[in-house]
This record gives sequence, structure tokens and C-alpha cells, in this order.
Amino acid sequence: MSRFKEKSNKGTPAISTASLPDIIFMLLFFFMVTTVMREVDLKVKVTLPEASEVEKLEDKALVDYIYIGPPVSSSLGTEPLIQLNDQYAKLDEIGPWVKANNDRRQEAEVPRITRSLKVDKETHMKIVTDVKQELRKANALKINYSTARGRQ
Amino acid sequence: MLKKRKRGGPGEINAGSMADIAFLLLIFFLVTTTMDTDVGILRLLPPIVEDMTPPDKVKQRNIYEVLVNDADQLLVEGQPMDIKDLREGAKEFMTNPGNSEDLPERTLVSRAECEQQVANFRSYVAQAQNETDKQNYQKQLEKWEDKLNAVKLLGDYKELPGAAVISLQTGSKTSYDMYVQVQNELEAAVRELRDELSKEKFGKKYTELSDIKEDEKNMIRAIRMVYPQRISEAEPVDVTQKAN
Repeated sequence: MSRFKEKSNKGTPAISTASLPDIIFMLLFFFMVTTVMREVDLKVKVTLPEASEVEKLEDKALVDYIYIGPPVSSSLGTEPLIQLNDQYAKLDEIGPWVKANNDRRQEAEVPRITRSLKVDKETHMKIVTDVKQELRKANALKINYSTARGRQ
Repeated sequence: MLKKRKRGGPGEINAGSMADIAFLLLIFFLVTTTMDTDVGILRLLPPIVEDMTPPDKVKQRNIYEVLVNDADQLLVEGQPMDIKDLREGAKEFMTNPGNSEDLPERTLVSRAECEQQVANFRSYVAQAQNETDKQNYQKQLEKWEDKLNAVKLLGDYKELPGAAVISLQTGSKTSYDMYVQVQNELEAAVRELRDELSKEKFGKKYTELSDIKEDEKNMIRAIRMVYPQRISEAEPVDVTQKAN
């Protein structure tokens, strides 16, 4: 009898929390390394259309984004606008923009650059077609219609 | 007194709150992290051609014409169509199961023919007089080598004519959403055909083949020869008139 009693008195020893900071730090470093902060402030509202047959864009460093959608601030009206980098742009600014982005990279990488079109789903095709023509003129032929995963 | 102090040394910093600080930082990064990678439908635009020579007249049967009007309605090969039927329609166009006169004629590619042509173009390349000829022959050679690779893996197969193309045109007021849906359906049609063929020949879906392994890379190339993805992002034409 006394034997049993002795045991229960002891109870389980408290789990050592000494290594807790280390574990947390490990997680912290993981998130710090994987985090990519948003590069640009969106000045247009973009709700992406959904599609099921989507592919991943492999190399993020080789993707440039073109945003098309109605402006966020309502003082600019509701007509869709084009946003390159951090500001609104006109159609004829796409050519120089492509060139600037090409110059920024190594020559061998230039053909692998993808232009990802992030277009609001309510947008009419006119502006999209015009942008595509500008890209063709600038010889930026690899494009991606950015979509959300969904449907079906 | 002095001695005593020294012996004790500076007291250790209490590290008990270290975990809390780390937690705080961790939560900050957890909240700000966006794990989403950009996904979408990849397309290659055709380069702009300087000289405006009209292209060779392509036979009507080799074009699958998809028009979307300003009201987001589909007109496929002259017939109104629901978006749900587009996938089957595109698949029928690419396979032509009934050997219909209105759909592209698929020609049989045989092993003997491929070997013959590869040998021919090898010798042409070797004997080419100037650089441009050599490059042209080289291109032809590569094309036939691709076909030979496909025949080796799949056996004799039927090939779509080079002119067969799905042509997609939109009106200026077509919504982008509709456009993406149509692109999605066309993409799905090609993917389903490739999956079926791959499953039948290799016991694995096309989408599951990885291009890192050398043998699977060849399988991908072979399947692409049979069902090429040819969706034309043609010169923009306002279809408003046509569709009405």
C-alpha cells in the first residue's frame, strides 16, 4: 500500500519550458524568411475572375504585374485604369515600362519574364486588348491572365 | 565590501520574457505573411509581323471560330452555344471522331515516314550551302525528330494539320470574366484530351508527368505533338458586327 501512495504523492514532474523560446524562434525565423511583403500599393480595385485550369507562376522574381480596374478613389471616376508599379499609367507608357524592366534584369532572363495581368472581372475587353497589343509591340509575349483558383 | 560585490558579478538577465517577445514577433509575421502564389492561365502572344502580307487562306474546316459578343454570348462556328458545351465542342474539333468534312483532317504519322524524313533532313543539314538554308533544315529536322519521339512512345498516331487553330475573338464590351471563362474551357478541353491519352499510354495523367525526369519529359513532348495547344490570340477584330 505504502508503495502506491508514495508514487501518487510525487505526481508527474512539470514539463520543462526552457526550450520553448528556441522553438518559437525557429518558427519566427521560418516566417521571417518566407514572408514577402506586398511590393506595391494597389490603386485600382481588382477582383480576379475564377478559373480551374490554372498554372503556378514559378519564379516570382521574373514576373511583372499590370493591374487594370476601376480606381480606388472615387474622385477619378469609375472607368478602369491601368496601374504599373506604383502609379496610374497610360497605354503608351507600357512600352517604356517593359523596356525598363528588361534592362533591370540579366539578358538571359529577359525571354523568361512573364507579364501577369491582374484584371478586374467586370472590365470590358477593349482595354485588355489594347494592353495586349502594346505588349506585343514591346515584344513582351509571355503573359498570364491572373485568376483565382475556383469553379467546378 | 568591494570584494564581495565583485564576487557576485553582474546578475544574470532574466530571460523569462524572451519567449513572450518571440511570440509577439511570430504573431506579427504570421499575420502579415501572404502565402498565395500567383496562379493563372499562361498564354503566349504572337509576335507582331511587320509586313502585312495576308496569310495563306486557311481552310474553313481548320479553324474553330469562337466569337463572344458584347452581351457575353457565344457564337461558335456560326452557331450560338452555351459555355457549358464549349469544352466538348473544342474536344470534338481536335479529335474529329467522325472524320467529318467540317473538322480538320487528321493525318496518320508512321514510324517509317519519320525515320525517313529525319535521315533526309540530317543529310540536308550536312550539305546545306548557306546559313539560312541550314537553319531551315535544322528546324525541319527538329520537327521530325519530335514526331519520331512521339511515334516511338505512342505508336503511329494521327496528327492535327499545322493550320488547325482555335480562334478566339471578343467584342469591345465583352466582360473580362467571360473571356477568362472561355479561355478556361478551351484550356480544359486540351488538358482533358492530353490526360486521356496519357492515361491510356502511360497509365498516368498528363498533369502528373513531371518535366524534371528525363523519360517523362519525352512523354510530355510526345503528347504535345498529338494534341498541340493552339489558341490564337489573333489581331483584335471587333466582332460586334459579325455576331449580330
